[in-house]
Amino acid sequence: MLLNTASKTLSGWGRYHPKDCAVFRPERNSELKSFLEASGDQSFIPRGLGRSYGDTAVNEAGLVLDMCRLNRMRHFDETTGILDCEGGVSLAEILETFVPRGWFLPVTPGTKFVTVAGAIANDVHGKNHHGDGTFARFVHSLELWTPALGVVTCSPSENSEIFWATVGGIGLTGVILSAKIQLRAVESAYVKVDYQRCPHLDAVLEEMESRDRDYLYSVAWIDCLAKRAHLGRSILMRGAHARVRDLPRRHEEKPYKFSRRPPLAVPIDFPGFVLNNLSIKTFNTLFYRINRNRQEVITNYESYFYPLDGIHDWNRMYGRRGFIQYQAAFPFEGRMGLVSMLEMLSEQKRASFLAVLKCFGPSNPGLLSYPMPGYTLALDIPCKPGIEEFTRELDRILLDHGGRLYLAKDSLTDSATFAAMYPGVEAFREQCALLDPQGLLSSAQARRLHLIK
Amino acid sequence: MLISRKTVVIAGALSSVGRAIADQFARRGFSILLAGRDVDELKCLADDIKVRHEVSCSVRFFDALDFASHGGFLDQCVESFGNTPGGVVYCAGYMADQELAQMDFATAKRTLDTNLSGAVSLLEKFAALFEECGSGFIAALSSVAGDRGRKSNYIYGAAKAGLTAYLSGLRNRLYSANVQVITIKPGFMDTAMTWGMPLPAPLTASPEAAAKAMVKAILRGANVIYVPFFWRWIMMIIRYIPEWQFKKMNI
Ligand SMILES: Cc1cc2nc3c(=O)[nH]c(=O)nc-3n(C[C@H](O)[C@H](O)[C@H](O)COP(=O)(O)OP(=O)(O)OC[C@H]3O[C@@H](n4cnc5c(N)ncnc54)[C@H](O)[C@@H]3O)c2cc1C
Ligand SMILES: NC(=O)c1ccc[n+]([C@@H]2O[C@H](COP(=O)([O-])OP(=O)(O)OC[C@H]3O[C@@H](n4cnc5c(N)ncnc54)[C@H](OP(=O)(O)O)[C@@H]3O)[C@@H](O)[C@H]2O)c1
Repeated sequence: MLLNTASKTLSGWGRYHPKDCAVFRPERNSELKSFLEASGDQSFIPRGLGRSYGDTAVNEAGLVLDMCRLNRMRHFDETTGILDCEGGVSLAEILETFVPRGWFLPVTPGTKFVTVAGAIANDVHGKNHHGDGTFARFVHSLELWTPALGVVTCSPSENSEIFWATVGGIGLTGVILSAKIQLRAVESAYVKVDYQRCPHLDAVLEEMESRDRDYLYSVAWIDCLAKRAHLGRSILMRGAHARVRDLPRRHEEKPYKFSRRPPLAVPIDFPGFVLNNLSIKTFNTLFYRINRNRQEVITNYESYFYPLDGIHDWNRMYGRRGFIQYQAAFPFEGRMGLVSMLEMLSEQKRASFLAVLKCFGPSNPGLLSYPMPGYTLALDIPCKPGIEEFTRELDRILLDHGGRLYLAKDSLTDSATFAAMYPGVEAFREQCALLDPQGLLSSAQARRLHLIK
Repeated sequence: MLISRKTVVIAGALSSVGRAIADQFARRGFSILLAGRDVDELKCLADDIKVRHEVSCSVRFFDALDFASHGGFLDQCVESFGNTPGGVVYCAGYMADQELAQMDFATAKRTLDTNLSGAVSLLEKFAALFEECGSGFIAALSSVAGDRGRKSNYIYGAAKAGLTAYLSGLRNRLYSANVQVITIKPGFMDTAMTWGMPLPAPLTASPEAAAKAMVKAILRGANVIYVPFFWRWIMMIIRYIPEWQFKKMNI
């Protein structure tokens, strides 16, 4: 088959080490079908909106299958709140369509520009993980195309082994065609938030453990440059969807409406010096100072969940060399690991703003699903010489304390480290071998981490 | 412009930008009829529009090249809405590789027929109906390629130039009948038609952004619009290059 592909230089959102890829972008089911039926021996990886930070959805050795135009909603049940849609539908489109009708996403990452299939393939978590678990928990069923079996429907009760391999399976079990997801009923487009300053790490962890359960959402912004007695000082931001009675008068009439500011854009790559240690330090200190303890602040969902989406292409702030994200999870017993990691970050001054700390609830049976009960810390690390050694040290701290890193954010780890963090990897490889015996599905990350046989 | 009937026919609705145009009308409460050659695929688009915008949306088979069928197609549109449609947008288009079109007349003819003859055949039917009832709008997607013939694309460009001239005359004729005719000239759009071509990203519009500008212009009662707007200035410069110079250029 003659394929109309485009050559694109692709990377993850961190823009770290882009690779030249041939991209096929079907706009019709019939085009996708003939591609899948005739894909031959070229390897490929599905790609959503490219919001993973590393090389998860990059495949320079074969093709990249861009799924973003297969984004049709199929059915919505107003009584149960179950949406049936194609995998390329973005969370932004779901919000735009359903918030005015009183429905919100059950789980959302820190950006709404991700696809439903991408959210499943990384089994994404949100600020409600401590009580609600990951995105997968709200997936009633999904349709997956696999090389060996064609289209299969799977869910926690039907073909469950395929379901739990696909959830967090970073596109390697097949192509997610559609999913039925449970939306959450809300009374307004607003969130009621309590802001609380915590002067050091113990204070914030203590507060999370004792009182997170009183909130639907909980997350802390953490100052990774603070040292010694201030190590781990944070602003806790916890809240829940506002009820109509929580809203000020002027919003009561139209609880689902709020005025949107047009997004700003970062039109060019910033020169590297803009984000230097001084500007980062100033930002972090200011942020800590400005946020006093405040109760029941009413804010719209955009500004609570997606503060960065207001600036398009904000990743260009890190300049042409890009950056990586590093997200680590520590079990509760591994708390000292978190302390060592923070100490190392504040000493080496490599992390930048936007470090986020959260307490996870229980994990799920997903073979490569990331969240585990404990703490998670997410940071941006601008690319500077020595970054590989630095992340290797971070990896070591994680391993020493029984932690693991998040594939959606990973660019640099190696297969042995990964296998030590994810005991499910062997079972995952076996599932892949059953579903895709020829190894058609492959990505730069999958090869780097030997995720496939 | 006063739109008496909030219904619209999208001919060639499977086009990347056609889908986005339908979506823009639907979010303004229009009932939609999607027409094209792959009915199964059109049904997916119709379901999508119904879920997102809670408007009615139906689908009909339509082939721009089957001129004889266009009268019957118009009847189906009227029957489907139970009334004369409020307007029609012609999105069908075909752009073959220029060299292929030079060597193979069948390809050149298909280019001319899809972009021009099909539009003339279909839109004349709508024009007669709208003229009779004294309201309606007719919009069609021409192209900046029709503003000046270039060696890289002149057969497609000739078809679009023909379409532009046709719409200009139609607008003149229907003015007194209170029927609005809108010529839409996109520059570059990121669609199936241009996938794989090395288009300059800053000059290329997403189908959604392009459709938003188009539908706004249609509802405002514009005559000729460029999408994105700055293409008007780019094409003005290109048209002003004297022919003795232009013939030597590679653009
Ligand atoms: C600002 C920002 C904040 C973020 N915050 C969070 C957060 O709070 N929590 C969190 O969990 N994550 C977070 N992320 C990460 C993001 O949610 C995930 O990386 C998500 O998977 C991206 O989805 P995508 O559509 O962009 O997919 P891509 O990044 O394009 O692809 C991700 C994976 O999905 C696979 N995939 C895509 N489409 C399909 C398909 N149709 N079938 C099968 N596989 C497919 C790809 O192969 C790849 O493995 C954040 C990212 C950013 C940029
Ligand atoms: N993309 C650009 O940069 C650009 C620039 C200027 C102008 N335009 C014009 O914009 C319009 C929309 O194109 P697009 O960019 O959205 O590309 P597209 O997705 O390729 O759309 C073209 C559509 O025309 C349909 N079509 C072709 N022949 C047909 C026929 N005989 N009967 C019915 N439908 C037919 C095609 O459907 P089938 O599947 O049935 O073939 C296809 O859906 C076209 O007129 C194009 O010339 C595009």
